[in-house]
Amino acid sequence: MIHLSNLDLAIAALLVLALAFFAGRHHGPLGRQILIAGIRTTVQLLLIGLVLKALFADARLIWVLLMALVMLVVAGYEVRARQHRRFTGAWGYGIGSLSMFMSSFTVTFFALWVVIGTDPWYQPQYAIPLLGMLLGNTMTGVSVAMDRLNQSAWEQRERIEARLMLGHSAREAISHLRQQAVRSGLIPIINAMTAAGIVSLPGMMTGQILAGAPPVEAVKYQILVMFLIAVGTGLGTLGAVAISCRRLFDERQRLRLDRLREA
Amino acid sequence: MISGGSGAGKTLLLRAIADLDPHQGELRLEDVPSHNMPATRWRAQVCYVSSESQWWSDRVAEHFATAAPELCQSLGFPPDVLEWAVRRLSSGERQRLALARALALRPRVLLLDEPTANLDPDNTARVERLVCEYCKKENAAVLWVSHDPEQRRRLAQRHWVIEAGRVREENPATP
Repeated sequence: MIHLSNLDLAIAALLVLALAFFAGRHHGPLGRQILIAGIRTTVQLLLIGLVLKALFADARLIWVLLMALVMLVVAGYEVRARQHRRFTGAWGYGIGSLSMFMSSFTVTFFALWVVIGTDPWYQPQYAIPLLGMLLGNTMTGVSVAMDRLNQSAWEQRERIEARLMLGHSAREAISHLRQQAVRSGLIPIINAMTAAGIVSLPGMMTGQILAGAPPVEAVKYQILVMFLIAVGTGLGTLGAVAISCRRLFDERQRLRLDRLREA
Repeated sequence: MISGGSGAGKTLLLRAIADLDPHQGELRLEDVPSHNMPATRWRAQVCYVSSESQWWSDRVAEHFATAAPELCQSLGFPPDVLEWAVRRLSSGERQRLALARALALRPRVLLLDEPTANLDPDNTARVERLVCEYCKKENAAVLWVSHDPEQRRRLAQRHWVIEAGRVREENPATP
């Protein structure tokens, strides 16, 4: 593996600066946004590098769990922030966080314990990156699906209520919106699995190969990770949409859009 | 019959009776309180037909719980109307078919929100005749929102006016 020097990174950073300069000249605030995002990625990744270094040196369960909790809290916040119409109160934060917890954590635990068989099961070199990839993808699925569901329920209020008026159940009245929401949450991972290896080389595998791992080993890990991500994203999205659909109606099966608030 | 200025709360009243909005007060159908039966059954029996009908599928038939060609015919449609595409319907046709799909549920109470607002006199007469016949045959009740004093004179047994947040009963002879 060829070590990257600070100079190497600085050269890459110059390219981003040039991009920010040209984008800024023609598209106003875009240049500033690129700069800020570039600085954030540098600082955040350097910090996580230090944290992981400390964590690997002192691999205790409590630290791994604490780290996992921080990741979940941030993911829950991101899901909420990406929704145009969110549930009021604790639900706005809770539905996304709960479904991500149920899916990502279960799937990661299953992978560590049963599939990979690390010893101890919480070995941070495996646990943290796996959980990170799962949470990151599940977060996207959950936030896209919930955003879609809430927005379309808001826009199609009259249609949903027209079905309620004819004695349809809440479940029937929202069934087509529910399908669309789950679909839009799962399309990215379905696309990723379809295009993997032909259109795109997935990032994790590319990283391993760049770091000197044999390609076939890297491919095996990538397949495992793809499957885990698909299951994690799928379960998380299904869960979040199911809870949201319940919350959109009350015990008398009335559509309760007053439980949504525009961001 | 119910009348009242726009924004007076006529639609809100009908929505509350159909149990579509949280409300105070108790609703009873033949002495059974609404909370003692599933919301879906309540709404199928106390059926609200809004002033602007909504359609969620492509074909007319998919909006009917049971095919009811004779109901559609008595509203002036040919027998194949159930095969029609919803997007080709005019607003008047939609309004009449929305009434038909509600009647097909055989509700005990009909809540009609300006059911003849977009209709020509012929079709208005058809709707009035069909609703009156239905009520006689099924012994059903109707709450009918209407802005038309002539219509109220023709049909009303009782007449309420909603204004300034209050419901007041009028003498039906002087609508």
